[in-house]
Amino acid sequence: MNSNILISVSLVYVAFLFLVAFGADKWARAGRGAWLRSPIVYTLSLSIYCTAWTFYGAVGYAARSGLEFVTIYLGPTLVMVGWWWVLRKLVRIGRAQRITSVADLISSRYGKSNLLGVIVTALAVIGTTPYIALQLQSVTLSLAVFSAEDSGAGLVTSDAPATALWVAAGLAVFTVMFGTRNLDVNERHHGVVTAIAVEAVVKLVALLAVGIFVVWGLTGGPSDVARLIEASPIAEWQLDGGRWAALTFLSAAAFLTLPRMFQVLVVENVDENQLATASWAFPLYLFLMSLFVVPIAVVGLARLPEGSNPDLFVLTLPLAEGRDGLAMLAFLGGFSSATSMVIVAAIALSTMVSNHIVMPLWLSLRRGGASVSGDVRNIVLISRRVSIGVVLALGYLYFRFSGGGAALAAIGLISFAGIAQVLPAMLGGLFWRGATRVGAAAGLIAGFAIWAYALFLPSFGTALFSPEMMTEGPWGLGWLRPQAFFGIEGMAPVVHALVWSMVVNTTLFFAFSLISFPTPLERLQGAQFVNVFEHSQARRGWASGVAEAEDLLIMAQRIMGGAQAQTLFRTQAAAQGKSGYLPDTTPEFLERLERELSGSVGAATAHAMVGQIVGGAAVSVKDLMAVADETQQMLEYSSQLEAQSEELSRTARQLQEANEKLTQLSIQKDAFLSQISHELRTPMTSIRAFSEILRDGALDGPAQHHYASIIQDEAIRLTRLLDDLLDLSVLEAGQVTLNIQRAALGAVLDRAVAAANSASDGRALDIRRDRAREDITIDTDTDRLAQVFINIIANARKYCDAAKPKLTIWVSKRKSGLVIDFVDNGAGIPAEAEAMIFEKFSRLTDQQKAGGAGLGLAISREIMNKLGGTIAYLPGQGGAAFRVTLPLVAE
Amino acid sequence: MAGPREPIFLGRETYRRRRLIDAMRLLPITGGLLFLLPVMGSGGTARSTALAGFYLFVVWFGLILAAAWLVRALSRAPGGVGSDPLEPEIGLPPETERASDDPVPGPR
Repeated sequence: MNSNILISVSLVYVAFLFLVAFGADKWARAGRGAWLRSPIVYTLSLSIYCTAWTFYGAVGYAARSGLEFVTIYLGPTLVMVGWWWVLRKLVRIGRAQRITSVADLISSRYGKSNLLGVIVTALAVIGTTPYIALQLQSVTLSLAVFSAEDSGAGLVTSDAPATALWVAAGLAVFTVMFGTRNLDVNERHHGVVTAIAVEAVVKLVALLAVGIFVVWGLTGGPSDVARLIEASPIAEWQLDGGRWAALTFLSAAAFLTLPRMFQVLVVENVDENQLATASWAFPLYLFLMSLFVVPIAVVGLARLPEGSNPDLFVLTLPLAEGRDGLAMLAFLGGFSSATSMVIVAAIALSTMVSNHIVMPLWLSLRRGGASVSGDVRNIVLISRRVSIGVVLALGYLYFRFSGGGAALAAIGLISFAGIAQVLPAMLGGLFWRGATRVGAAAGLIAGFAIWAYALFLPSFGTALFSPEMMTEGPWGLGWLRPQAFFGIEGMAPVVHALVWSMVVNTTLFFAFSLISFPTPLERLQGAQFVNVFEHSQARRGWASGVAEAEDLLIMAQRIMGGAQAQTLFRTQAAAQGKSGYLPDTTPEFLERLERELSGSVGAATAHAMVGQIVGGAAVSVKDLMAVADETQQMLEYSSQLEAQSEELSRTARQLQEANEKLTQLSIQKDAFLSQISHELRTPMTSIRAFSEILRDGALDGPAQHHYASIIQDEAIRLTRLLDDLLDLSVLEAGQVTLNIQRAALGAVLDRAVAAANSASDGRALDIRRDRAREDITIDTDTDRLAQVFINIIANARKYCDAAKPKLTIWVSKRKSGLVIDFVDNGAGIPAEAEAMIFEKFSRLTDQQKAGGAGLGLAISREIMNKLGGTIAYLPGQGGAAFRVTLPLVAE
Repeated sequence: MAGPREPIFLGRETYRRRRLIDAMRLLPITGGLLFLLPVMGSGGTARSTALAGFYLFVVWFGLILAAAWLVRALSRAPGGVGSDPLEPEIGLPPETERASDDPVPGPR
């Protein structure tokens, strides 16, 4: 096949991917990308687990070691199927804590420790570099297959380094374009994820097509394949239980800890539905990817010449059979596998490098912090882009100088074992509150060191570790031989390094966690991680009221860009019912802002930046107490709730009372208005009628006198009504001047009783008094006080419905003041009316005998207020009872 | 994780859901044991690649079917597929109360 065609097709394919990524980004920004978040896209994006190592290497692995290759897929299958154990929690934490990478997870869990962030980032970069080299190698190898076929006439040369360089550069461009296009909220990259989903389909289809071609095209179906397997060199499965279990564990661990897997599993995750679907759909994907591996391997072994590279059977088998189209598809599948892995790995690593190494450095170099001049957004973007370039350059350099290891799988496993060192700190952090930063750091560093010494450095061949060192140990110390610690031989290097590093890592992690003491922030974060389901989203809120919205806007603009920040601020302000760009800095708003910012610069940095402006970043004593004693916290919470609901119901009750009163008042006012107009009208009508008769003058003396006195009586009634109204309005307006005199209480009461009795209504009222108790001197406006007493006594005369009305006046001296009770023996006032009697215009009966306008008690209340005392109705005294209190005179 | 507030008796629906979750939790353990079965007790003897491969792929596929069935059953809950009846609903953390009565730091 002409390799020019190959190159053209590849370029078209790449252009297509660019278009897909571009379109998806555009859709997502336009808000039309609901399907971008569908569980299927999520599942397909997980397929970056299947790199070129899977696509080409699995067949090679199977050709060398038979069934052992499936361990690499069984581990992730178990992790996905067991999502309820770890992934569900991880994803929930990832969302609640706005985690941007695996380094961010570890750093955030252990008190936002930047040391741990740096360690994990370093581990990830060192562990991933060989893996990226592996992808570059696979692309160059597969291209070389075509150019060999083509006898080197086309564009493709056998110059592998040059090819790798071009591929690396192209990938860098793609990643920078779509991975750092914008500082996205929560680090989600719809364009990249969609392109990867497309690539996932391509590689599955390609591998299935080759498999189907091999099983049904080259052999006579499954039974034929089974016979071929029985006859092949790998017919016997050489069981090694330890290796089998170790590799399954390793792949499971790596599935959780690989930066690129964490990126798609946790960071790009939107909801739990995605995870639930992927829990069976992704194992199915893996199942399909490995279904035809063994058949391809045995058919390749049987048909292709001795010595052909089994890692390339997927490609060479169709080529050897002259199926150029199928070979092209296989090539695209391998190309997809390699590129998607590199892109996501580069994004994940660049996020880690920029958030945990570049940004902290930048922040500490700029002492003034985020609110001083300087475009943070550009710094972050540039650091991301440079990081991507550096990561790919490192991969390329590794590829150049490692000379391209013969077996692809070996590099993959080395990489897995390195990044798996994060596992103890990760799982310990998720499930054990006692895990500390010191423990995590000790375990990580020790595991990392053992991995490097026992596995990673020896993989460079004799360039670093001489053969003598490998067989004799450093300085002749036999027990330190890199691949046989303490003289325990016979384990495969990978298993050996894995077992030792994980054992030492886990032991140190637990030991140092047990003996060290966590910082307050660590304990807080620990509680929030381990108990994420009990208080999801429970993060420290910002105390409100001190942050300057304008400062925050200035900072947000630097990080998110002007338009985006302004939109955010304006929508938030609008949500608060404010116009303009500056919302109130409520805790909710600050949380939201911090979340948006953390999508750009990571949780720890965003927290620090907002903290610099808001000023309330420290952990308060209250938080610590809550962490130290969770029961206390729960109790506190429930009692707070209780108090709140009590307060609420109290307020509701008060409101109900007020409402009742208002309704009644309104009814009374209406009633009074009609009554007062009636009362004004009745005397006015008679005055008018009788004055007309008088004017006509045809009356004799006595009749004239009679009519004139009627007119006068009516006029007096009117005047009294108007006087009362005037009196009340003067009192209420506070314009009254008091005429304070010294007098005896008995004398005032005498005056009141006399005045009340003098009223023309001759109903007898038996008034009982204890004059001895009334011998008290008071300093008050006696006229006004007498007015109050008269009113009460007159009311008793008017309303007491007993056969022999009786009024008892009882004076007592209390600490609170002088108390004068007026108790009659009538029916009293019904409870529902008690609230109303002191209101203006209130009258219990519409009887004409009331005579007044219902202003008496209202006036009395105003007077008592002015005198510094009170008047109140006293229920439950066997009749209507009023209590007047007066302040005591200092004697 | 089980706090002191865990109720002792649950409603029927909740009970069924808890058992489904238990099954979900059991699945990877079962799968792991089945995947290890061929190597247990082999004592280093070789097995037929074709037969062992057939066994592994059948177990694998069974695991996928079981997981899919459980997820389907779990997703019928009103709280969503990932909800656990013993965990409080998300949305009202004690945080809002805590934040409001924290001492307000003074002006910068």
